[in-house]
This record gives sequence, C-alpha cells and structure tokens, in this order.
Amino acid sequence: MTRIDSKFAALKEEGRAGLVTFVTAGDPDPATFRSILKGLPEAGADIIELGMPFTDPMADGPAIQESSLRALNAGQDMNKTLAAVTEFRTENDTTPIVLMGYYNPIYSYGVDRFLADAITAGVDGLIVVDLPPEEDDELCIPALKAGVNFIRLATPTTDDQRLPTVLKNTSGFVYYVSITGITGTASGKVTNVGDAVARIKRHTDLPVVVGFGIKTAEQVAEIAAVADAAVVGSAIVDQVKVNLNADGTAGAGTVDAVLGLVSNLSKGVRG
Amino acid sequence: MEAVNSYRNGPNEKGLFGMFGGRFVAETLMPLILSVEEAYSAAKNDPSYWEELADLAKHYVGRPSPLYFAERLTEELGGAKIYFKRDELNHTGSHKINNCLGQILLAKRMGKTRIIAETGAGQHGVAVATVCALFDLPCVVYMGETDIVRQQPNVFRMKLLGAEVRGATSGSATLKDAMNEALRDWVTNVDDTFYIIGTAAGPHPYPAMVRDFQSVIGNEAKEQLLEREGRLPDSIVACIGGGSNAIGLFHPFLDDTSVRIIGVEAGGHGLDKGPEEHAASLTGGRPGVLHGNRTYLLQNDDGQILEGHSISAGLDYPGIGPEHSWLNDIGRVEYVSVTDDEALEAFKLCCRTEGIIPALEPSHALAHVAKIAPDLPKDHIMIMNLCGRGDKDVFTVAKALGVEI
Repeated sequence: MTRIDSKFAALKEEGRAGLVTFVTAGDPDPATFRSILKGLPEAGADIIELGMPFTDPMADGPAIQESSLRALNAGQDMNKTLAAVTEFRTENDTTPIVLMGYYNPIYSYGVDRFLADAITAGVDGLIVVDLPPEEDDELCIPALKAGVNFIRLATPTTDDQRLPTVLKNTSGFVYYVSITGITGTASGKVTNVGDAVARIKRHTDLPVVVGFGIKTAEQVAEIAAVADAAVVGSAIVDQVKVNLNADGTAGAGTVDAVLGLVSNLSKGVRG
Repeated sequence: MEAVNSYRNGPNEKGLFGMFGGRFVAETLMPLILSVEEAYSAAKNDPSYWEELADLAKHYVGRPSPLYFAERLTEELGGAKIYFKRDELNHTGSHKINNCLGQILLAKRMGKTRIIAETGAGQHGVAVATVCALFDLPCVVYMGETDIVRQQPNVFRMKLLGAEVRGATSGSATLKDAMNEALRDWVTNVDDTFYIIGTAAGPHPYPAMVRDFQSVIGNEAKEQLLEREGRLPDSIVACIGGGSNAIGLFHPFLDDTSVRIIGVEAGGHGLDKGPEEHAASLTGGRPGVLHGNRTYLLQNDDGQILEGHSISAGLDYPGIGPEHSWLNDIGRVEYVSVTDDEALEAFKLCCRTEGIIPALEPSHALAHVAKIAPDLPKDHIMIMNLCGRGDKDVFTVAKALGVEI
C-alpha cells in the first residue's frame, strides 16, 4: 500500500474529500519553497503536488508559467527538487508527494536514474502532462514497475471509448481536468464535473480528483461534494506572487500568506 | 509499394522516425491529434484532395517554381554547376504556402471553422493568413513579442489579410513561445479549431504531413533537372530551422543514394561562442522532447530549453523536425552550420551576381554552397533551395551592415 492509497483510505474513514495542493518546486526561491513545503500538511494539504519547473509549460496558464520561471531563475533544477523531497521526508512520512510537470527534464535526467532517485527521496507518484497513453513505454511502464504511481489526466475530450485506454496503466488516482483549457482559467460547471466523475467511476475503482480553475474554499467544497479530492494550483502560486517584495524576492510574510491560503482552502473539505 | 530498405517509409504507426517523433501532447489534445491523423490518412488516399491542392498550387501559388541555372554565380564560384529551386517566387514569397494550402484543405474536410498558427519571422503567419482569407476562415496567429518588433512589415501584412496577431509574452517571446501559446489556444478550443503548424515538427502526423506537402519542391526539382540535364543532381542543399523546406527538397531524393544531401543550420555567432549563441539543434544540441516530438534540442543540463540565436528569425528555433534528427543519426544527410556573417556575405553575393534578393534563411544554404562549390568539378550539379525572398529582411540586413534606411 503506497502513501497515496493509505491517504485515500484514511480520508474515506474520516468521511471527507481531500485537498490536493500544487506548488512549484523552488518558487520563489529554494529556501522559501522548502519552508512552504514543510508547512503544507499542517495547513491542511492532504496530498502535495510539486511542479517540476520547465521553461515551456505548454498546458499551463500564466500563473504557473510565471512560477516556473521564478523557480528556474532562482536556480531550481531536478536535483534540488528531489533534495527538497528528501528533506521533507525526514519529518513527514505520510503526506503523499506527487511530482508534476513535463517530460523533458525527466528524460534529460535519465528515466532509470530519475525513478531510482525519486523513490529514494520519497516521491509517491508522477503526473507528466505530455506523456499520453500512446507514449506509455517512455516512463509510465518503468514507473509502475519501479513502484511509483503514474497518475493520468482525463479530460472532457476523453470520451467513453478512450477512457479505458487512459485508465489502463493509471494508478494511485485519476486526475480529472475539469475544463478543456490551460491551468488557472475559468472552472467548469459543477454539474458537468459531477457527471464526468460519475462517468469515470463507471470505468475504475481508483479515487478521482478534480482540478483546473479551482480557486476558493467554496469551489473546493463544491468539488468535494462530487469527487474524492479537489486540486488547487494557480491560486496558490498566485499567492506566492502577490506576496513578493517589489524586487521579486520573498518577503517576511510570503510563507505565512501561502500557508494561510491553504488553511482557508482546506475548510472546503473539512466543513 | 516502396522497397523495404527505403529511407522514405517513415514514420511508423506511432509516428516515429527511428527514436524521433512521437505524440508527446496533453491528453486534451490527444483525441484531436488522432482525428487529424485519421482525416489526413483518408485525404491522402483521396485523389480529389490532391487534385484540388494541385489546382491551387498551379493557379494560385504559381507552381511549378522554376529550376534556374545560376550561371553568373557558378562562374564566380568557379566550380560546381549551381541550380536554384526558386520557391521564393511562390505567392507570399516562400515555400510556406505549399503546406498551408494542404492543411487548410484538411481543416475544411474536418469541418473546422477557426484556424490558429505560430510564426517566427512571419513568413508562415503571412501564408496562413493568406489561405484563411482565401477560404474565408477566421485566423489567429501567435507571434513572440520580440519577433513582432523585429518583423513589423509581416505583422502588418497579416493584419491586412484579416488575421488577428496575438503576441506571446512568456519566456523569450520568440518562436518557441509562440508555439506554446498556439498549443494553449488549441487545448482551449479543441472543438472548432485547426492548428496549421508551419514546420515539419510537432506531434505526429504533422512532421509527415508537412513533409508530404513540401515534397512538391523535390519532386518538381527532380523532374525539371532530368528534363534539363538528363540526370540526377550530385548534391542538394537547403537551410534548416525546423526543416520544412529542406525535408521537402530532400525527401524525394533520399533513396537516390548517389545524391549527396546537405542541410545547413544557423550557426549564429558561432557554435563555439556558447549554447545560446546559435540555433544549430543538430550540430549543437542533444535529443529531448518538446512541442509534441522527440528530436534534437538546444537545452541545458537540466533539460530546460535554451533560446537559439540567428540573424534569421525563421531559423532561431531550439528544435528541428524529427525526420532530420533521424536522417542525421543514420548518416543519410550531412548537417553543417554557417554563421550570421557568412550568411550575410552570401546574401550580398546572390544580390550582386544573380539579381535576386534572397531571404536570410536560404542565404545560409547559399553560404555553404559558396564554401564547397569552388572545390567541386565543373560537371558536378548542385541544387540549392532558394526557399524565400529577402524583401522582409532588408531592414535586418541594413542594420547588420550599419546602414540606416
């Protein structure tokens, strides 16, 4: 049983949905990021998605694009991202960490070496936006063999005919992208989301989490009513941005402001 | 049925040329990519599709483009006999229109009602805006803000043709960022939108599709030279950014193993000047995954994409079409690079000896021709793809030469 499986089992026992928080590794700088990461579980994050910054995030809106560039400009790289997970695990052995991003930095690092180092660091799952099922041989199959969950995105364009293909090698949970669009844009209507989650659940027993465009505790609560967890990303990285000093560096209140938002969002799943 | 041991059978059903190519896109786009592939397979086997394309190529574009013996240049260089394939005479001034017509006919067949595209120098954007005007479809062209400033005349042309030009401000605000923005638009508007990719790159089936549309260049050149000289060329040369004009010239000759094939990348300030001082993905990069395909990329040790540099806005893309990556690795095509300065010299040479103002892109090909032609025998026949005209570049060239106009 992986940390992800245990977490969803525990949530079920508590009788509530989970909150998945996305932050970009190294945003706005390596030290501030590590403080944010450390504080996320206590602030109410049930599962942590860590963005592996990339120069060309093709599926992301302005908020996550900018956070990636902030991180890269502050010197973040894959080694530092994995080191941050290692550090986090010295104090926390239960909150699942999912690395999310694009394939090239992983491919460049080397797939086998990446999987070995990610497992050693304490990574539980991977979401790689530009690896659809058609490219499963690249990373998905090696990850599953190595014992790392490979979490697939399902979208409104994934119809019933295609869903089995998408779900085939998915593990941990299914990430339903509630809109056809990029991250951080308008959220889908909840009725549609409920139907979509129900449709996916007809094809799989895996938990279904919903993301894209969720920004407030109220929206988290709406999603929590129909899905196993809600993901918030752009709103959190925007909170990083608006709490920077004028010169773009982290201020005294940056960490608290981000964790404060997460704490507020978590009310959406904790009633 | 083509021979099994042919260089022309790729890609396979997964869209791979050897290890290069593929379909590295977000799930939202995947069903759409599969439907483009299906529609293209159907169109490819429909003679009426090719008849319509050929009719437009002849009457709207002005094909076949001439194969021209560059006699004064040949004399000046004193070696190989040099022919220009004159795709710069096409309507819109470059080879880009060949591909745009093929893709917009496909978009119509698929019932799509909105067109998007990316552009660097603006040549592809102008060609897309042109075919959208012709077919009365709304058109949005993404262009890096840096390029919008560098290429004002083409921005205005696109607007005259009815296109909306949207600036890409993220990253370095050049071609790769314009492509990111176009992909983001496509993810958001999957139902009604067709993305006309301008080069032989991107997710399968684009590299193969663009190649097929551009192969008219090589097919014509082969036939024209056979008529004129009664034989195949000894060598063929083309410039490479993403590589669409080059693959168009090269592909019909790949199995003619007596033909030496040379692709010329943009060496910018020089490959030895640093990783962001050139745009030579093959000679100065390594394999990676970007914009839907695995190919050679300019990238740092962490797999972050670097900005290319070239005096030619049409060549400064950090990647290259996947078929070129494969042809490089198997050694069928030689890839070399020339610098900004060498391309400028070739630009002037072409103006002076042939009365043709070439675009800066084919000036790179010509710079390499000028390097090797003098040492080749006079009966060596060489074809160079003159893929674009230089009107758009006169300001850039003037600036580089220190002239104010």
